[in-house]
Order: sequence, then structure tokens, then C-alpha cells
Amino acid sequence: MENNVEPEYAIVTNDLSIHYGSYTAVKGVNVKVEKQKITAIIGPSGCGKSTLLRSFNRMNDFVPNCRVTGELLLQGQNLYSKDVDPVEARRRIGMVFQKPNPFPKSIYENIAWGARINGFKGNMDELVEQSLRGAALWEEVKDLLQKSAYELSGGQQQRLCIARTIAIQPEIILMDEPASALDPISTLRIEELMQELKKNYTIIIVTHNMQQAARASDYTAMMMIDDQRSGGVIEFDDTKKIFTRPKDKRTEDYVTGRFG
Amino acid sequence: MSTKNFRPFNLKKTIRPGETIIQSLLFVAGVLSIMITITLVYELGKEALLFFNNPDVTLAKFFGTTEWQPGIGKYGIWPLVTSTLITSFIAMLIALPLGLAAALYLSEYASPKVRSILKPILEILAGIPTVVYGFFALLFVTPILQSIMGKDNISVYNMLSAGLVMGIMILPLISSMSEDAFSAVPRPLREGAYAMGATKLETSLQVVLPAALSGIGAAVILGISRAIGETMIVAVAAGSGPNFTLNPFEAAETMTGNIARISGGDLSYGSIDYTSLFAIALMLFLVTLVLNLISQYVVQRFREQYE
Repeated sequence: MENNVEPEYAIVTNDLSIHYGSYTAVKGVNVKVEKQKITAIIGPSGCGKSTLLRSFNRMNDFVPNCRVTGELLLQGQNLYSKDVDPVEARRRIGMVFQKPNPFPKSIYENIAWGARINGFKGNMDELVEQSLRGAALWEEVKDLLQKSAYELSGGQQQRLCIARTIAIQPEIILMDEPASALDPISTLRIEELMQELKKNYTIIIVTHNMQQAARASDYTAMMMIDDQRSGGVIEFDDTKKIFTRPKDKRTEDYVTGRFG
Repeated sequence: MSTKNFRPFNLKKTIRPGETIIQSLLFVAGVLSIMITITLVYELGKEALLFFNNPDVTLAKFFGTTEWQPGIGKYGIWPLVTSTLITSFIAMLIALPLGLAAALYLSEYASPKVRSILKPILEILAGIPTVVYGFFALLFVTPILQSIMGKDNISVYNMLSAGLVMGIMILPLISSMSEDAFSAVPRPLREGAYAMGATKLETSLQVVLPAALSGIGAAVILGISRAIGETMIVAVAAGSGPNFTLNPFEAAETMTGNIARISGGDLSYGSIDYTSLFAIALMLFLVTLVLNLISQYVVQRFREQYE
């Protein structure tokens, strides 16, 4: 099979736009997301960060009237071509949400369930342990595996959600403000965890927290709305450059805290 | 620099007549419903006690024999209880799976447009008078059953037909309440499942359904109560005359059917036939209570709580 894309990119978008009915929420995004790196998406509220992120694993399929144009290429395959099975795609592209959303099941089942529906046939106990270790949660919950996930704290729940995502061994993990509902210590743990995870996964994270983007990410996409209220990526570069020598004046204003 | 003038604090208790009146009204409303229930149970118990005080009636006969003809000294409650349980069981056998399936379809699969058409239609089923259902069972369902099974194997009045139609009657109740329970499951839970690569069916059955179980339990409890208390359908289609049998193809009168038939006749106050009605009603109350407690226990045991 011929690859149109250089292998080091996990996701390449070509003029990707997202529309709700006649309103264009995100317009003309062209980014190349490098493999095994952390890419942050920043920008003021309502600029379409989450909308863009959700288009990466076709979560926007569940939004009525939502339409996507342009291309989103995963190893050369367009995620939005008609013969793509979104269920299969989501198995390869995991997602961690803004608010921890563990299933109303035991801690063990939270991880085992996703693996089972994905056809995992190996040793489930081992997988659960590995995934919990991978999410830096094992030591805290190893004696509570049969307890409800809702007995955990918010930060633990979020790490459980990360654990269940890595249990299905995706290539890419999308994180939609994963630490915004957490206290600073839990936030720090999630950030440390991301550094660990990027050894094996490509991570794309939406964040409101500019320090977080500056601390944790390798690349940063700056988004902003235009005069038609459509969001777009106005600058995409090394995180260092974005935060020290941004090319766009609006980026500079935003990262220095002059607005947003 | 100007000094700010502080307003003096006045923190004395204020009487707010509006609040007090509303609070009292709400209290009265709450107490009233409790009082009505207590009065009902008291009346029921008082009259039923007259029945059990009859020297001829013993609890051993009531629970130990299987013929019910209080007029001629036969006091075994079982034929009425079994037919009530059989018709209700058949009804739930129809209403529960179909109702849940309809609810899952409406909440998880149907487009908003389809839902806005289907839901009201389903709810029309709930608005049909039960006497119509009764004749539907007797004149439509029973002949079909007879043509399938042969006229000799199933009587004109039978529990199966009454139970089936009762199930259809309860279906909208189950589906409507279950649909509310499914819709109340938070969206992030579904998104979490989809993001794990779950299909719609896996999400619906393994995440949404367990999370909605307590609401579904409430629907089941209400459904069972309706089935047990339902009178007109069984009175018309299940048969008149107590018959101790577990065969749903036979005619057998239920507790409610018996009460309806006997109370429709010529009754003198205090006669054994009269007081027997209250004994049946008390029994009906107890059966419903026990089944409610069982379903509540089952729901508590198996529900998966989200927050």
C-alpha cells in the first residue's frame, strides 16, 4: 500500500472544516500532528477547540446537523471517506473527556469492558493491572478493584478514564481539557502521566490553561474566531516558539495574557 | 478622601406570611395523602376482619384449601390468587421486553422526528378504556388463539388472551417510563462508551441500560401493580368463576374479576359474600405490596449508580 503521508505524522488535516447547518464552526484547518508528541490546542472560549478535537475521532457524528468537509488523514486514509467505519476508528483513537466519566461499574469492569468489546482475548487481570499502572493509579486502587468507580476522587476517576483508554491500545489519545475539573495536585499528576504516555502514544490535548500547554506540550495550535464567528488555527508551531516568539500578533496577545 | 457610610445592620427575625401559608398548605397536602391511605387500609382491614371473625372461616381454610365459594362455605383464596398471578405474569412477559425494546429504540436509535411521531402514538395505547381492551381480548385475540391451537384446547374465556391484552395495555406505561429513564442517563456516559469504540448496541445494552435500571425498576413496579389491579380486561375475557388451575388456556376468575362480579350482584351488608370481598381486597393489597418489595429489592441489588 502506498502512503501519501510521511510516517512520522499521526494526523494530517487538509482544509478541514466543521459545519453545523449553515454555520461554520471551524474553518480551514491545516495541521500535521507528529507521532509520539504532545500537541496542545489553545485559544479563547468558543473558538472551536473542542469541536476540532471531537472531529478527530468522529464524536461529532452524534451531533445532529454536523457536517465535516476537507480531509483528515490517518496514515493516508481519510477518516471522513464514506467507507470508514467510525466505530473502528474510535478503537484506534481514544478520548479522555473534560469531566471524568467512568462507567457505573466496578473499577475493574471500567477497564475490562472496553477491552472485551474490542475483542481482547488475553489475560484480563494482567491487562487491568498494566493499564492501571500505565495511568499511575494501580497502587491506589489495587485493593479496591471491585468497588464502584464512583468511590474514587475526581483525579483518580480521570486517571481511571485514561487507564481504560490505554487498555484498548489506541494509537492516538485525545484529551479534552482533562484537568479542568481537577485540583492542582491531580492536574500535575495528569501532566506527568502525559509525559509518560507520549513514549507510546500520540497525544492531542485541548487546554484552557496556558501554563499547562507551555509546560506539557511539544507543539501548540493557536485557535481564534474570525468575524463570522468561525474558529480556525491561526498559528501552529513548536510550543517554545508559540510562547516566546509567536508570529501572529493575536497569539502574542493571548499567550501573554493580554486578552482571552 | 470620603468615609463610607455603613448602613446599620438589622438582623431581627422577619415574619413572611406568604412563606408560612404556602408551607402550611404543602404540609396539609402531604398529610392528606397519608391520611387517605391510612383510612383506606383501615376500612379494608375492618371489613376483612368481619370476614375472618366468622366462626366458619379459619386461616387454615383460607390459605389451605383451593375452592372459593363463600356462599356455600368454601373459603380457599388460592384459585383467585393463582389466576391473578398468571394473567399478570403473562402481561409482564409481553410488556417488559416489548416496552424496553420500544424505549431503547425511541431513546437511542430513533431520530428526533421519528420519535416525535412514534411516542404520542404509543401513548394513545394508554388512553384506550380498558373495557375496550377486554372485548378486544375476547372477540379478537381469543378467536386467533383458538384458530392456532384448536377450539378444544383453549376455552372461550381464558387467562392467556386476557394476559396478552393486558400486556399490550401496560406496554406504553413501561416504554414511556423506561424511555424517560434512558434519556436521564447523562450524555457523557454514552460518549465515553462510544469513544471506547463501542457500537450503538453495546452502548445501549451495556452502559445505558444498567445505568437506567432504577428508573426501569420503577416502571416494572408500576406495571406489575397495574396488571394485578386491572379489572375490566380479566372480568370480560378471563372467565367468571374461580378455578384453581395453572393452565393459562383455561378460564379462571382473578381477585379483581371476582370482586367486580360479586359486588355487581345483590349483596346485603354484613353477609359472608359481602365481607369476603374485603378479604379478597386485602389479599390483593398484600400481593401487590409483596411484589413491589421484591422488585424494589431486585433493583437495589442490580442497579448501577451514576453519581
